[in-house]
Amino acid sequence: MITLEVFLTIGALLFVFGILAVVTKRNAIGVLMGVELILNAANVNFIAFSFFTDTGIDGIMIALFIFVIAVAEAAVALAIVLNIFRNMQTINVDEIDSLKK
Amino acid sequence: MALLYLAIVIWLLPLFAFVVQIFFGNRLPRKGDWLVVGAMFIDLILALIIFANILIQYDPGYRVTLHFDWIVLGTQNFPLGFALDNVTAVMLVVVTAVSALVFLYSIGYMKGDPRYSRYFAYLSFFAFSMLGLILFDNLLGIYMCWELVGLSSYLLIGFWFEKDSASNAGKKAFITNRVGDFGMFVGMLIVFYVTGTFSLDGIEASVVSGNFSGSILTAAGILLFVGAVGKSAQFPLHVWLPDAMEGPTPVSALIHAATMVVAGVYLVVRIFFMLTPDSMLVIAYIGGFTALFAATIALVQNDIKRVLAYSTISQIGYMILALGTGAYAAGLFHLMTHAFFKALLFLGSGSVIHAVEHAFRSGKIDADPQDMNNMGGLRRKMPVTFWTFIIATVAISGVPFTSGFLSKDAILAGTLSFAGTHPQHFLLPFFGFLAAGLTAFYMFRLVFKTFFGEFSISKAWGYVHESALTMTIPLVVLSILCFFVFYSYSPVSPDEGWFYHLIEKPEQAAVANAGSAMLTTGGEEGEHDSSHSYALIMSLIIAFTGIIISYKTYYSGKISAVEWGNMYPRLYRCMFNKWYVDEFYSATIIRFTLGWSAFCGWFDDNIIDRVVNRTARVTVVISWFNGKFDNIIVDGLVNGIANTTQLLGWFTRQVQTGKIQQYLVGLLIALVLIIILRTM
Amino acid sequence: MIGKDIIFIIFAVITVGSAALVVFSKKIIYAAFSLMLSLFGVAALFVFLNADFLAAVQVIVYVGGILVLILFGVLLTVKISSDNVISHLSQRIWGSIAAVGMFVLIFIAITRTNWTILDKSEDVVYYPQSEAIGIQLLTNYILPFEVASILLLAALIGAMFLVRPENK
Repeated sequence: MITLEVFLTIGALLFVFGILAVVTKRNAIGVLMGVELILNAANVNFIAFSFFTDTGIDGIMIALFIFVIAVAEAAVALAIVLNIFRNMQTINVDEIDSLKK
Repeated sequence: MALLYLAIVIWLLPLFAFVVQIFFGNRLPRKGDWLVVGAMFIDLILALIIFANILIQYDPGYRVTLHFDWIVLGTQNFPLGFALDNVTAVMLVVVTAVSALVFLYSIGYMKGDPRYSRYFAYLSFFAFSMLGLILFDNLLGIYMCWELVGLSSYLLIGFWFEKDSASNAGKKAFITNRVGDFGMFVGMLIVFYVTGTFSLDGIEASVVSGNFSGSILTAAGILLFVGAVGKSAQFPLHVWLPDAMEGPTPVSALIHAATMVVAGVYLVVRIFFMLTPDSMLVIAYIGGFTALFAATIALVQNDIKRVLAYSTISQIGYMILALGTGAYAAGLFHLMTHAFFKALLFLGSGSVIHAVEHAFRSGKIDADPQDMNNMGGLRRKMPVTFWTFIIATVAISGVPFTSGFLSKDAILAGTLSFAGTHPQHFLLPFFGFLAAGLTAFYMFRLVFKTFFGEFSISKAWGYVHESALTMTIPLVVLSILCFFVFYSYSPVSPDEGWFYHLIEKPEQAAVANAGSAMLTTGGEEGEHDSSHSYALIMSLIIAFTGIIISYKTYYSGKISAVEWGNMYPRLYRCMFNKWYVDEFYSATIIRFTLGWSAFCGWFDDNIIDRVVNRTARVTVVISWFNGKFDNIIVDGLVNGIANTTQLLGWFTRQVQTGKIQQYLVGLLIALVLIIILRTM
Repeated sequence: MIGKDIIFIIFAVITVGSAALVVFSKKIIYAAFSLMLSLFGVAALFVFLNADFLAAVQVIVYVGGILVLILFGVLLTVKISSDNVISHLSQRIWGSIAAVGMFVLIFIAITRTNWTILDKSEDVVYYPQSEAIGIQLLTNYILPFEVASILLLAALIGAMFLVRPENK
């Protein structure tokens, strides 16, 4: 029951829901949550491969660094969101379209 | 050869004077008259040098030529050339002498004219053209100069163009000459078509060789003669010459009496070698008829210059008659003597008119200064004019010891001997003798009416005075040239003189080929036989008859001219109205031309214009369609492309929303699609 | 082994279901708590994979750190009660298409791949990983470890810079 394919499927689902969150949330923080989900999906895959294959501890090490990156990303992203809010009085992504101009 | 170069210098000198005069005339001192007159006198001296050389050589066959290529068109060459022979030398002297004297005379006559300098420029231009006409030995060159003298004649007749009659007379002269020149041009084309050359030598060669003969040669000769008819004012193209008297009197003397109008005679002399018996006959009859015809008109005219103009026509008719009957030297001789005494007559009449006009102006009398009825008794006030005029009148009437007697007698003798060999042409001497008598009559009528009797308007009598020296000197010089001694030792026969020695009748190949059976031109040979004596006596009788009748009518009054006129009213009216030739032309040619013009005008208005308007309307419709096509199709295409581009731009712009999420969706869908496409 | 499987299924369902709730919840605060639950489930899954250290780190860092951070962000920016965080319909449809397509592709890849070649020969036995991780961090992974520390420092400074007061 506990097989590689199951873990990979769970990772795929997390990834897909992360993408859905990123794509469909109007709120910038919701988008940020989607990103966290995607990173977790990756982590699940790395650790699953590390467990089910003969690759030693490398998968765990990479997952560890992903944690680091996720933390840094979350900190910087939240800072950006706060800044945007301060400048535009909104964090609704579909209202932030100054890239259009 | 050197003489020929000298002749070319003579030719070009007036051209130089003309160019300077026309451009700078008004700025030169005395308005440049000294330049033109001086150039002409130099010409005269050079011509006399040539003439002296000719006399010294005394060679009847003297002839030098100079040829050069003028235009080369492909293989066709159009050379021009000059020739100097005895005829040319004589003509040079005549033209330069008369020109020089008339130029000198003009200084006095034209004094105070507003276009004084231009007048002299035109005179110089005329001299250039006339001398060129004499020098060219090529029909093409002659034709060019022929037209140039026509042009200068036109300019000078219409010199006082403020007067309607003057400008109309200029036009009339020009147009009438066109008719003649057209015939001449056709004749030239025939000559060129047959012989392939315009050179007189070349034409002569092909006439002699027999290549150019028969009726086409006759036609060419007559057509060339038509040009002479126009230029020399022969019937029926004589109508322009009396009207040409509207020009300044010196111009009448120079161009319309002494030089230009005899160009036709000169042309006949030049083409004499190619005349056939038939064309000779045509020439003779036209000349003879003109001589008589013009003389009858001159009988009854009252305008002094018109009498002289008809006299000129008549005298040129004599020359033509002489050439037509084969009296070649006689015709040319009469040309020369006539040039001098007719120039003298005109200059004398000019002197009279000048004086009378001045008197009328000073006396504030509104009368025609050219009408002889307004004159009379002038001999007491104008002795120089009177005596020179008398000499010229005697000469033209054919009184012995004058040049006119010599030449006219020679012509009459020629016609008489021609009629002797060809009795069917008895009319020709009849014309000649009758015209001679009439000439004597009307010339003395002129003299009596002008210089004798009493001045008709006594109020102006006090203002009449003799003309200035520049005007009387030419009169005196010309009157001296009216005496026989300059032409022959004998007062009764020109045979003794240098002229008959130098001027040799050219061979008439066509006449010779035609054989003596048809026509042998009596001419010169006849002068040695009895006909000469008959002619001499008859012409003397006729001339003195004319003079006596004139004397009785206009001086002693024993015969009343009015009664004569009443006796034959129809004849008188016909003659007074110049035989209605002008009216005839008005009624026929001019009316037809006007009618035809009116028809053409109507055609233009109603047919051509209508076609043009229709075309315009069709064009408008087509243009409307074009416009629509342009607006709708072409512009539509362009706008359509622009709109399509805009639309595509709108579509693509929808993609760029500026929204990150939409970009991301697109990116993911694309990724999915790429993977699907790559793996399948 | 049945009990272990049951527990595994429970945690797997919690993980995936919470992730779905993150996506579909209309209020950001619900999403935040759903995310917490999902991350917690992932930590439990790590335990099944013998990654005890990572499971602990997951709970501490994500649930304790990142999620708190996110909640702060939520509280600082939006009126929690009123805001609808779900975007427009078209965006949802296109996003769903993309996501489903993505999942289908990945699922096909997972099922089609022959994973047996990667299988370990012997059975996996549990052992604590902390020591091994520590040794690895200071030996083989010393460079990424130091880079990661610089990254964290940069993120720290960057975050502080971004949220500094406007006037000086």
